[in-house]
Amino acid sequence: MSLDEAQVHNIAQLARIEINPEDIPHYTRDLSNILDMVAQLQQTSTENVQPLSSPLEQNQRLRADQVSESNQRDKFLQNAPLTEEGLFLVPKVIE
Amino acid sequence: MHSKTLADIARGLENKEFSSVEITENYLQRIKQFDPEINSFITTTADQALAQAKQADKKRAENNATLLSGVPIAHKDIFCTEGVKTSCASKMLDNFISPYNATVIEKCESAGLVMLGKTNMDEFAMGSSNETSYYGPVKNPHNSNCVPGGSSGGSAAAVAAGLAPAATGTDTGGSIRQPAAFCGITGLKPTYGRISRWGMIAFASSLDQAGPMTQNAEDAALLMNVMSGFDPKDSTSSEKPTEDYTANLNASLQGKKIGLPKQFFTQGLNADIEQSVRDALSVYEKLGATLVEIDLPNADLATPAYYVIAPAECSSNLSRFDGVRFGHRCENPVDLEDLYKRSRAEGFGEEVKRRILIGTYVLSAGFYDAYYLQAQKARRLIKDDYLKAFEQVDIIAGPTTPSTAFALNNQHKDPVTMYLNDIYTIAVNLAGLPALSIPCGISNDMPVGLQLIGNYFAESELLNAGHQFQQNTDWHKQALAKSMR
Repeated sequence: MSLDEAQVHNIAQLARIEINPEDIPHYTRDLSNILDMVAQLQQTSTENVQPLSSPLEQNQRLRADQVSESNQRDKFLQNAPLTEEGLFLVPKVIE
Repeated sequence: MHSKTLADIARGLENKEFSSVEITENYLQRIKQFDPEINSFITTTADQALAQAKQADKKRAENNATLLSGVPIAHKDIFCTEGVKTSCASKMLDNFISPYNATVIEKCESAGLVMLGKTNMDEFAMGSSNETSYYGPVKNPHNSNCVPGGSSGGSAAAVAAGLAPAATGTDTGGSIRQPAAFCGITGLKPTYGRISRWGMIAFASSLDQAGPMTQNAEDAALLMNVMSGFDPKDSTSSEKPTEDYTANLNASLQGKKIGLPKQFFTQGLNADIEQSVRDALSVYEKLGATLVEIDLPNADLATPAYYVIAPAECSSNLSRFDGVRFGHRCENPVDLEDLYKRSRAEGFGEEVKRRILIGTYVLSAGFYDAYYLQAQKARRLIKDDYLKAFEQVDIIAGPTTPSTAFALNNQHKDPVTMYLNDIYTIAVNLAGLPALSIPCGISNDMPVGLQLIGNYFAESELLNAGHQFQQNTDWHKQALAKSMR
């Protein structure tokens, strides 16, 4: 099961990763090779097998809906690329 | 001084043979001298280390110290360390100063361990050679033309070169055990959920597990006592009580059944490695264990299932790197989508992008059932094989890797070739089992690793088996005698 260049372009768009047009062929080749390797899964009979999403299959713990953290806004904003008055700044979204 | 184990250092500090400041300065000096070549550290934290060492010496003078107070350690740069750069070896996080400590770091600090610095790794722990690091590859201390393995390659190389007496690592598909094997040290990947993942930058959350990388099994047990335990901050952390992992080290192996999966001793396994592993197994027979051939009929599904599940979880986890709240941001974005796409394109390396793309594809509408769901079913088959095997045997043994450390710049051109390095280690993560790699031989001057796989929460049993081997052989010492500068 191989991918074509248009599919790779589409996947990159879904993943929000810019890929230069000249790099599309080698991504197409590498990703196709990986999919060829995993294609073995399709030949495996898994009838009546329950999917396993986490190895220990324990129930996810819930915690009480209580405030447990103090407000550290300014500390966390120190790692942000661009901020203003305690807010993250991004390019204008709504015209 | 630099060949001392954690246990040696703890004894030396207790007997006042040296102070924590002295031994810490010694390691910092060695890092300065040898690491420009080996490149095992991304960041060294000399000032903090000396402050922690002074504090530990003070506590010891006041008779207030615990066993490992003042003992140095290095941490993989995947663990968040408050006020210290935490890069995950990615350009994406080159500017990231963590605002908090991972639980593993908190536990090490509470135990009085002194952090020497943050070790190099494959970018976001994705790789088996340490060549995907933004900070350049790590050199194997046994041969600088060879890789140290990955992803915890910096941790393994630092311990093997005597730049740190021990280090932390993480293992998603072999990332503790494979570099431990390649560098001739001992590495334990505990049961999934045994050590908290909180503050450990996520790659594949249902597979990731932290563990110790040390000179021997006894030291791994000492670190397990520090690192393991329930953490309410990690929703998949096990509530099972921990134990004293050193308590069982000297138990007899008489009557233990060791299973040898026939699928692990087939074509593709290097002949020297097979011989070393078989020699190691005969040591276990002399110690009273019996060897039993076992069948893991779905073993060959592990690599394909892993390369669907791990990238799927990676694509989800790494969506947080968007150039908005932390991490790399591109220059002059024209709109929000351009900001996301270029920040991610510039911040991530090739292998990380490949895995995000594969993960995005296998989770996308129309392909989810054929890939992701099918891989999860294969995962169940793999786990059931192991459950069945453990009805028959106590421990499963085999090689850690199909070859010894390979040459730098050799394999990364073809990702699938690289992925096949992990054929013996990957299934353990899919099943969530604990596994230990210990040195068991030397082939063409490079160390060989023996992998021991245990049942759920049988870390103590694995460490016992590792320790008994190391009491009766000296491969772990021979390997280190060669690699320490």
